This record gives sequence, C-alpha cells and structure tokens, in this order.
Amino acid sequence: MRLTKMRSILEEETAADRKTNGPQKIELQHINVKVLLEGGENLDPIIPIFHGWIQNRILPELLIDVADYRHVHHGPGIVLIGHEADYSIDNTNGRLGLRYNRKAQLTGTNEEKLTQAARAAFVAAKYLQEDTRLSNKLYFNGHDIELFVNDRLVAPTNNDTRCALDLDLRRFANKLLNRSEYSLTYEADARRLFGAAIHFKQVFSVDDLIQNLNS
Amino acid sequence: MKASNPLWKERLASKMPEHLAREVDNFETEIILRKNRKLDEKLFAETRLRRGTYGQRYDNGQRSDGTKVQKLEYPSGDLTKGPNTMWDAPGMQRIKIPAGGLNADQLETLSQLAEEYSDGIAHVTTRQDFQLHYVHIENTPSVMRRLAAANITTREACGNSVRNVTACPFAGVCADETFDVTPYSRALSKFLLGHSDTQNFGRKFKPAFSGCAQHACGLTSLNDLGFIAKKRLNAAGREEIGFEMYVGGGLGAVPYPAKLFDAFIPVEELLPLSQAIGRVFARYGEKKNRSRARLKFLIQDFGIEKFRNLVLEERKILPFDPRWTEYIDQAKGEFRESAFKEGADVPDLVSIADLNGSSEKFKQFLKFNTRPQRQPGYVTVTVTLPLGDITANQLRSLADIVRRFTRETIRTTIEQNFVIRWVSKRDLPELFKSLNAVGLGEPGAGALVDIVSCPGTDTCKLGISSSRGLAAELRKRVSEKSFQSDEAVQKLHIKISGCFNSCGQHHVADLGFYGVSRKIAGYAVPHFQVVLGGQWENNAGAYGLPVVAVPSKNIPHVVTRLTDRYVADRQPSETFKDFVKRTGKAELKKMLEDLTHPPAGDRSYFSDWGDPREYTLNDMGSGECAGEVVSPVEFGLAAAERELFESQLALEKGEIELAGRKAYGAMLTAARALVIHEFPSVSSDPDQIVAEFRRRFYESQLFWDPFAGGKFANYLFSAHQRTYFGAEEESSRYLIDEAQLFIDAAHSCYNKLGTAVAARV
Repeated sequence: MRLTKMRSILEEETAADRKTNGPQKIELQHINVKVLLEGGENLDPIIPIFHGWIQNRILPELLIDVADYRHVHHGPGIVLIGHEADYSIDNTNGRLGLRYNRKAQLTGTNEEKLTQAARAAFVAAKYLQEDTRLSNKLYFNGHDIELFVNDRLVAPTNNDTRCALDLDLRRFANKLLNRSEYSLTYEADARRLFGAAIHFKQVFSVDDLIQNLNS
Repeated sequence: MKASNPLWKERLASKMPEHLAREVDNFETEIILRKNRKLDEKLFAETRLRRGTYGQRYDNGQRSDGTKVQKLEYPSGDLTKGPNTMWDAPGMQRIKIPAGGLNADQLETLSQLAEEYSDGIAHVTTRQDFQLHYVHIENTPSVMRRLAAANITTREACGNSVRNVTACPFAGVCADETFDVTPYSRALSKFLLGHSDTQNFGRKFKPAFSGCAQHACGLTSLNDLGFIAKKRLNAAGREEIGFEMYVGGGLGAVPYPAKLFDAFIPVEELLPLSQAIGRVFARYGEKKNRSRARLKFLIQDFGIEKFRNLVLEERKILPFDPRWTEYIDQAKGEFRESAFKEGADVPDLVSIADLNGSSEKFKQFLKFNTRPQRQPGYVTVTVTLPLGDITANQLRSLADIVRRFTRETIRTTIEQNFVIRWVSKRDLPELFKSLNAVGLGEPGAGALVDIVSCPGTDTCKLGISSSRGLAAELRKRVSEKSFQSDEAVQKLHIKISGCFNSCGQHHVADLGFYGVSRKIAGYAVPHFQVVLGGQWENNAGAYGLPVVAVPSKNIPHVVTRLTDRYVADRQPSETFKDFVKRTGKAELKKMLEDLTHPPAGDRSYFSDWGDPREYTLNDMGSGECAGEVVSPVEFGLAAAERELFESQLALEKGEIELAGRKAYGAMLTAARALVIHEFPSVSSDPDQIVAEFRRRFYESQLFWDPFAGGKFANYLFSAHQRTYFGAEEESSRYLIDEAQLFIDAAHSCYNKLGTAVAARV
C-alpha cells in the first residue's frame, strides 16, 4: 500500500526517537477535553449563548468571537474563540460534545493540567445545561469524556506516549470519578491527535464531577 | 504559544528546502525583534504580510459585543504586530498553492496545521490558496516550517507582491483546452517568487492561466496578468505554442476587464515579458495612493499602447537569464500526470446509474460533479466544499482517497472546491461512496447551491456584512429544493462579497451580492447590494452592476423572486444575463422595491445572518465624530441613489455621455447631502459643493473609509475635473461603479455621524 509508504515526517522522526532514546517523560500541554452531550437537535440557541458569554465575561479566559461551522460534516461545530482556550460544541467524528481546547501553555503537573481542562469543560457544560434558551435539551450523557493533546510533537500517537501518559491519565480518572469504575481506550490511528476516551461505568452528573475535581 | 514551537526547526532541518528554511528563520528573527520592540511596527507589518500572515477582525483590540465596544485585554498589552494591530490578536495565515496543485502528503500537512494551530478548519480561497484562521503570530514560524517540509511556501501570499499564480484546475485533462498550461503556470510562479524585480510594487499583482478562452475556470480577464493557451503556425509552417496575453484586469471596488497585450507570445517569452511588466509596474505604478496602485490604473492612465511600448522597451534591455527557457523541456516532464488505474470507457454515466438503481444523490453527483477528461475512460470529480471549508479529518480522508484512486492528482479551484483528476470511470461508485462517507459527496458542483463567498465579517477586517452567514443561509434554502428546480436555475451562479472589494467575485455572478450598510430608524442595518448582469460563462464574459441595496435578511427573498421570474418569463435558451438585459433594471428594481425596507417592528433586521449582536460598523474601526444627524442627509442620499439608477438606465439605452454625467451628478448630490448637514446654505454650484465637501469631509477625514482611506472621495474629485463624460461605454461603467461606492461611503459617513451623536447623548 502506498499509504504505508507515505508516512508522515513526524512518524518517521518519532520512530527514530524510540530507537535511540526509548520512552520519555511527557510534559503535557494543549490538552483538549470533550464532554459528550446528548440532545442538540437544534443548536441555534448556542450562538446567542456564546455571544452572551463574551458579553458578560463569564469564563476565566479572554473570549474573542464565535465561529459557526455547522455547514461542514462532523466538524468543529460552533466555536467560541478565545485567547487562552477555545470552547466548542464539537461534532468531530459524529460525536457531539462540549470541547475545551487549551491553547496557552500551563505550569504544573500533568494531573493538574488535566484537571484544569476538565474543570473548564464541565463548568461550561453546566452553564449550557442550565441555560433556559436550550430548555434542558442539551446535556451531559453522564458516561463519556474524551481527551486529546493538540500538539503532535508533545504527544505523538504511539505506544510510547501511551506508556508515558497512562499513569497520569489513570490518576486523573480516579480523581474525576472518585475511584469509581471506568474504562480507558486510546486512539489507534497514528495520524490523529493523541487521544483517550474514558467511559464511566456509573452515571455521573456534571455537578458531581466538578465537585470531585475541586476536592 | 505552542509548546513545540522551539522544537520544529531542528526536527525538520533536513526536510525543508534550504531557501524556504532560511526564509522562515529570517521571519522568526523579525518576530523576536518586533517582540522586543526593536523593529518598527509598519515594517514588521509588511514583512509578515509578505509571508502570508494577515490580520483579522478585532485585531485592533476591541470588539462590539452587541451593546457596547469591549476592550480585548490581551496579555502582551500594547505590543503590536502592525499599526493598530495587537500582537496577541488571532490572525489569518494564507498558504499559496500554485495552480492549486497538491499531493496527498500536502493535504495531510494542511490537516495537521488546521487542527493544531487553527480551529480545525482549512478554507479554500477564490485564488486556489488555503487560509487558516485564528492563528497566533508566534506560532507562524512552526506553521511555515511544517509547510516548507511539505514543499509549500507562504511567501508573498499577501502584501504588495506577486500573489498565488492561478490556473484552470482542469488543465491537462480538459477536452477544450489548447494545451496544458500547468508547467508554465508553475514555472512563472517559481520564477517570480522573491524575484528582485517584483519586490517594489505599490500593490498586489495577480497572474492567471487558462487553457482556453471560453470557460471561466482560469478567469484570466480578472487578473493583472492573464495567459490563454494558443497555437499558431510559424513562418516555417510548424505549429508553435504560446499565449494570448492580457494585462490590467482586476475586480476590486471597480472592476476592470484585462486588456489584450499581445495576441500571441511564444512560450519562450512568457517569463521575460512577465519580468519586464514587473519592472514597468514597479517603476511607474502608484506607490502612495493605494487605491490607484493596481496595474489596471497604470494602464488606464498610460493607455495600453504606451504601456505595451514601455514593456517591450524594457524587455529589450533585460539582461539574459537562462531560467527564461531552461525550464521548458524539463517542466513538461516534471508536471506530467498519469493515471493510477486503468480507464474504463463508459459512455453515459447517468444512464448507467439509472439502470443500476443508484441513489438519487449519486445520480446528481454524476451529473454535476463529474466531467469527462480528454483521455478516454477517465473523468474529473469535483468535491464541493460548503463555503470553501473543509475539516482536518476530511482533509486526511481526502488524502487517503486520492492515494487510493489516483496518483494523488488533486487541485483546488477558484470556486473554492477540489477537483480530483484521473479517476477511472469504473471507480466512480466506490469513489463516491468514499467521499460520501466523510461528507464530501455533495452534488451540485458549479450549480446554484455551490455558492462562493469571501470571509466577510466573520474574520475579515474590511467586512461590512456577513457574506458567509448569508451564503450558509442561502445554501440551506437552495439545497432543499435545488434539484427539483428548473434546469436553467440550477446552473446559475451566486457569489457574495462582504464588502465592495470583490473577494467573492460578485461582479461575475448571475446573482451577485456585496455588503453595504444603511441607516433605518436610527439604526445601522446590514444590507447587500444586488448585482445583476454579470456572467460567469465565456470566461466571465460580463460584469454586473448594482441594482438596489436590500437588507441582508431579505436577500433570500430576492433570490426566490428573481429566479421565479426568470423561470416564468425566460425565452427559449435565454441566459440569465440576457433575461436581465431584456427585462431591464428598472423593472427588476421595481419588483424588489418592497424588499428594500424591513417590516415595521421586526428587530431581527438589525442583526446579520448568523450573528445575533445588534449590527454595527464599529468593528471596522472607529470613525471621527462631528455634527448632528438631520433627516435631509437621508433625503439627499436617497436622491443620489435615484440619480445613479437613472444613470444605469441611460447606460442600458446606450446614452453613454448622459450616463456618465448622471453618475457624476449622483456623487455631487450625495456630497451635498453631507455638506448641508454642516453648512445648510450651501448652493447647488458643483464647485462650491466639492470645495466644501473637500474641506469638511475629506480633509477632516470624516469621509474616509477605515481601510480605503480617501479613495472614494477621490472618485468625486476626479469626476469633477472632467468636462466631458466621453463616448466610451467602459468609462461610464467605471464612473457608475465609482459613484455607487461614493454613495455607499456617504451612507457609512452618515452612520458615523449618528454614532457620534449617540455617544454624546
């Protein structure tokens, strides 16, 4: 297959690194957390809601504008563009969710950075759930979040990265779920962003999860 | 900003062509210098523009949130990346794709960049470029390095330079072409990139190539430099290939069709003549007044004869450069494409789809999106992109698809789509299935639903109305009934620009729209000028003229009314352009008249499509304040609009001199309306009106457009100096366009005066 012949520069470099250096410690940056949502038949109210968030400065980041990409298939949906981070009602891979995309770098441990991104995503999801303009028609599914690292050089999608980050991700999941049961699966396609999906065995509310992250 | 920024240089060192790597290193140094305030902001701005790194809306650090203007408090404080352009404000990165040609690895690179540095979307432009939005300036060197490693440059994608060289995306496979222009377009692109004779232009310079004269795939007539493939027999009776060469075309605020420079230049003269034109443009082109700095104005001022003579004189004294010809044999081989799969000769695709019980969508896809190649057994497949947008995942899937079905032969188009070339007819069902699975199998390429739009107020600093918002809305409405509508309507072209600058090519659409604003009941209301009479076919054979300004929210009704009337009234085989001409603008305007006013009490008209904020022009830049708003201004501006419309009617009747005179009169009326506001006793004497207007509105810069400066006022001053309005239709057309822009600017000025009053209250 020509596909295998056409491996990206990044994959070649990463393979070379593995041979010479072995697995390395990864300092996470640019974490994305996607809180999977249900409902959302009509997303029109999201536009004025996001504009309202800018107007009233209700989030900690500097918010700049709203971009509507609902015309593309399984795309980023409606994006609230910020300086330090973007928030979006994302439909990538056909899975609807509220996505927090951290753009500015953070200090701290990987667990702290994961906690920051997850908290931001859940707080935004809570605001949406409580917004009367949506009439409770868009809500957290209670079971699923996805994590991504939006920098292929920081965290290439390969086994080394999985090994290097597995412990951090499990610590984070334990904190998030207060040691409740979960499953963790990793993105397999080396061309995609490094990603992991966490499925909770029991149902959690957004409030429960925010409380766990704050504890 | 990105954690990996310091690492890419070393990581990609051996992958980047040396000259591209050096370019990025230089730019990175300039970023550091500017960050440390050791490089002047104006100089840095031009530097980054020449690397394709543009500003974006709200980069002046403020944004209207619908109730008030909010200051955007960026962490880098008052550091700027250009005059009035905040350092941290997100920007746009334009990426040049010569002739639109890409391979699968390049698609994957673009996919990664869209995901990591932008918002997950790559946007295809009407010049076959890509644009990424919301990119931080400090991430741009990494973006450029990763592009360079894929052999793509952003150099001279913006700024006063040679822009992306465009070419027909069907070149090499089109049944109607004279020969494949691809190698020549690529050679010109390479030759002019960074050439010392193209570094001192007063404005941008756009070249284009087409394999034939009849189709609009290359749009040579709209470019500064246009080449149409030609063949002739030379003195020895041998066939010789070359180009019909055009110069000085351009849309912009006032569209100019290109002028014929030479009916035939041999291919050996392509590069040296282009170089000579570059020299003449750099030497004589306007540098201070940006609004008169495009090549079209130089040619207008000199006349084509004088311009041609200057170029030919320059050509004679050019020092010989072996690159002029050494590419020719090599280029033909280098750019030769071939099939990956065996062709299959299937004569009538749609009938076969019918027989096989294929889906209606597939049948429509075959009808609109496929085109037989001149090579038997193969077709091109157009992949339509809604509003020119494609996601990172779709780009990756597209890379897989072109690897699977072709030798990675894919190009972007000037209609913001992709064309996959060399598809075996046998593969069409599977190819469609693969495209459709990732949302890229939408039919309707080149049809009414395939709407072209510039970024408009979504991201462009110059945007007045939401062209993308309108395009998305029209697309939604048209899609629902597109394939049930009359065949003649299905083939119409809709093109939308967010302002008068024509990035959406509204002049050459059947139904063109460009953004303007109007004040109604004390509020600014987003509008679009309805532009009719343009033609996409015959290589954009005619430019339309504005008929009437309609509130944005009523534009879908405009489309419905005009298309319904066309279906009902058209004569056999009558094109939309001919229908517009036969019906007459007066009648068409009359049928839209009731749509020019929002329904009483409906506040939805005070916001634009896809944007719930109360509409304002404040985001374009803050204007100066003066005076008090009085209703005579509105009366005066309405009178000016009427007068201008009469001018168009005169032009339609062939009364050229009268048309020109009325267009000038319309500008005078609009100017007087503004002057009366400050000086009620102004007479009707044109000299006094112009003198007062100059003093009160031009010299004070009250009339100035935030980006075009005093350009529109100069239209009036220039017309005022004329004593005769000529017998040439072209000259009167220009004047009508200029008068429309002047009146639009007068409305904007009036809006600013209103803002000032409101602020004081």
